[in-house]
Amino acid sequence: MMASIKLQFEIPAKMKTWSLALIGVGLVALLTGLFTKGFSSDEHEQVQFWGTLMYNTIFWTLVCNAAMFFICVTTLAMGGWQQSFRRIPEAISAMVPIFGSITFIVLVYVVVSDKHHIYHWLDHDAVAADPILKGKAGFLNAKFFLIWTTLAIGLWSLLGWRMRQISREADEAPMDAEKGASFIWRNTVRASLFLAWFGLTVGSTIPWLWMMSIDAHWYSTMYSWYTFASSFVSGMSLIALWVIYMKNKGYLELTGQEHLHDIGKFMFAFSIFWTYLWFSQYMLIWYANIPEETVYFKHRVQGPYKGIFFLNLIINFVCPILILMKRSAKRNYTLVTFMAVLIIFGHWIDFYQMVMGSLSKEHVSLGWLDFGILSLFVGLMIYFTGRSLASKPLVPKYHPFMKESIIHQV
Amino acid sequence: MAKKKFVVGCFNDEAVLFPAVKKVRTSGYKIQDVYTPFPVHGLDHALGMRETSLHTAGFIYGITGTTTALSCISWIFTKDWPLNIGGKPNFALPAWIPITFELTVLFAAVGMVLTFCYLCQLAPFVKKHHFHARATDDLFVMVIECTDKTNTEELTAFLSANGAVETDVQFVEEGWWIGRYDKDEMPFENKQIAAA
Repeated sequence: MMASIKLQFEIPAKMKTWSLALIGVGLVALLTGLFTKGFSSDEHEQVQFWGTLMYNTIFWTLVCNAAMFFICVTTLAMGGWQQSFRRIPEAISAMVPIFGSITFIVLVYVVVSDKHHIYHWLDHDAVAADPILKGKAGFLNAKFFLIWTTLAIGLWSLLGWRMRQISREADEAPMDAEKGASFIWRNTVRASLFLAWFGLTVGSTIPWLWMMSIDAHWYSTMYSWYTFASSFVSGMSLIALWVIYMKNKGYLELTGQEHLHDIGKFMFAFSIFWTYLWFSQYMLIWYANIPEETVYFKHRVQGPYKGIFFLNLIINFVCPILILMKRSAKRNYTLVTFMAVLIIFGHWIDFYQMVMGSLSKEHVSLGWLDFGILSLFVGLMIYFTGRSLASKPLVPKYHPFMKESIIHQV
Repeated sequence: MAKKKFVVGCFNDEAVLFPAVKKVRTSGYKIQDVYTPFPVHGLDHALGMRETSLHTAGFIYGITGTTTALSCISWIFTKDWPLNIGGKPNFALPAWIPITFELTVLFAAVGMVLTFCYLCQLAPFVKKHHFHARATDDLFVMVIECTDKTNTEELTAFLSANGAVETDVQFVEEGWWIGRYDKDEMPFENKQIAAA
């Protein structure tokens, strides 16, 4: 059986053309935005341009990083079912160094060029006169921001790369019990290292630093979990899309409806988890009704972002719970594709309102620049994920848990 | 309540059980059930059982809970006994969501447990006949329902040929009854009937 399966992914010409076209459209939008807004003397235009870059690049970095989170979590849980398609999350997570570099450049530029209209805490005079910001200065300062951002992106890339490296051993030769046990143990150690760092960054500090600190006074301890849930459910949707694409192209013969069902469960469950965090954050602030806290929701629920705010809830909660609840829906390739696209779009909109909702409170600017930059990132994601898929066999055929994946039944 | 005749075949390995189930079914016998010491993956498919509707029932119980909570709370707080709580509007939807959620879960959980007990005929004092005591320990017990035309000798021979380590014919109460195993003579008569 192993001899007959297709291990080598040939990048289809169509995929290459489309991804390059998307990148092209994105580059045009990026350059147009840079010259009309980025270098504009109007602060609002500048903030709009850099803000748009920020939420797109942060979103895609975290989504691709979520793919590595998925591999590490299933490794620690001794999961076997994901082995038949594990090269897909691996390939997606190979985007972390690329998107991470873009995020790094954008954030470093924003901080170093002192864009205090984005990060209010960069303004030294304002901090000196503000007891709240002074109290946060140990965390919200340029030096800590730069060091922690460098460490975060660097270690995500490094620890993720080490996970992908060890996975190559499963391509080489059959493992006996002793070798297999040592392989699993070394996988476990590397996955634990990644997850510990993931918890210290994505699970807590990084969303506070990168996005929550835009509202320098406001804080929510729920914010990082919320961001994590958003990026993880989008990451699972992205994995689902790639799995279905590869199945359509005739690859991944060992992956089927049973695996799709479990990926669908992740999409369903973490949509509900996201809603739980969304609601907990909202309700506590609504109930206490303290002006320092409600300032975050004021213009989102009652101002210009009202439409996007509730659209966000409909796409990311109402649609998944109603459409993905049935067993047959999670086993249906068309429905899962539709829901995956919808969920990724929904959480992109979520990131949009998280960042832009704080940067331009008076009016919603969702337009050509946002979709242009989105196209750039989607194009890059398709192009590079396709390339890294082609660089390795599609199935880790000598992985000790491979059989478990082949006979997986939900 | 009616007594029926069953042919019972016992297997001590699921690898033997699966092909036997397939053969018995293709030969046209009606398998009443297979009693196993632990859940056996895929046995329900091999037996050709339909997908359970328990989750559909659960969904209905859940939305019943949601509607009960929302209609009850909104009636109380807007019509029956409006209170000013912290200056919030009387129709304070966000504050009600946790309770709505709890009632949804409660209705779904309790409803599904009760439905499950009903479907499996489980309740306090309710008794059912055990075809083989070792089904709770290490034996896979296949029970085949007999019709007037069933040739029991042929069937037991067929089961033995397909790997059954133990076979017998039992004439037993098929449904449940309320009583005690020790006072009720029904379950303990069977062996004699089979032998007769």
